[in-house]
Amino acid sequence: MTTPDSFLTETMISEAIGSESSPVTSKIEAGAIIRFAEAIGDTNSIFNDEIMARKSRYGGLIAPPTFLRSIKTIPPEIPFEIPFHRILDAGSSWEYFHPVRANDAITAIGKVIDINERNGRLGLMVFMTTEISYTNQFNELIATQVNTTIRY
Amino acid sequence: MSVQVYWEDVSEGMELPSLVNETTTRQLVQYAGASGDFYEIHYDKDFATNTGLPGVIIHGALKNAFLGYLMTDWAGELGWLRKLSCQYRGMDYPGIPLTAKGVITRKYQDGEALLVDCDIMLENPEGEINTPGTATVELPSRNNF
Repeated sequence: MTTPDSFLTETMISEAIGSESSPVTSKIEAGAIIRFAEAIGDTNSIFNDEIMARKSRYGGLIAPPTFLRSIKTIPPEIPFEIPFHRILDAGSSWEYFHPVRANDAITAIGKVIDINERNGRLGLMVFMTTEISYTNQFNELIATQVNTTIRY
Repeated sequence: MSVQVYWEDVSEGMELPSLVNETTTRQLVQYAGASGDFYEIHYDKDFATNTGLPGVIIHGALKNAFLGYLMTDWAGELGWLRKLSCQYRGMDYPGIPLTAKGVITRKYQDGEALLVDCDIMLENPEGEINTPGTATVELPSRNNF
């Protein structure tokens, strides 16, 4: 399958960068935390056992570091459609400020911080980097995730 | 779970205790359900091969989670993972054990915080590292009370 040599223009790039998504708030459930910990194979009691977690410094169940991947986030709306529908995750950088606790309400907002293209093995690839900020019900910034996806 | 690590116990160049995970297709389905990532390349073999992959692949985010597990297990209840970062440079597949490994690259203070930076990775049995990364942990001091 042939792909074009180029898709992004300077205008598209400047229009996309800074686009923000609508905020989405998710209620964090103890069951979802436990199910996530089980799925990743992490048996740490602070992620799995409410009674043991209560005895810990956290005073209750907290979520494993990448749990926030499971909460709903609306992709930032960019003013053009990327015509490549295969997506790969290129990586994430997380920064953590406070734990995610059962019964928290976490609001996620994404912002495009970079978009560019490259020709490679898979043909023309569009790289998009989004920073997602997660805040809790006390308006505390819980964590940020900078994630890059590849569309090709 | 291991004994709590303290800042005084660690030094640059020290290796973290490694963890091995052999992912199964069942785990990929379990992770899809738990994370809400239902992209078919992770559990539908025909879909995966039609996109040019040799078979279903492990979610990048699941590999990220293994590295998170490596770090929180090492940091212990009193340690705090401040940063976790990784890149998916290549595919990894179920049925092939991945070893999560790390090494301390820097031990330092930032104000009152006692920190270590680590290089972390997932290595397959061929010695290939498709998921390199870094992490920063704030460790407790034996002198705190």
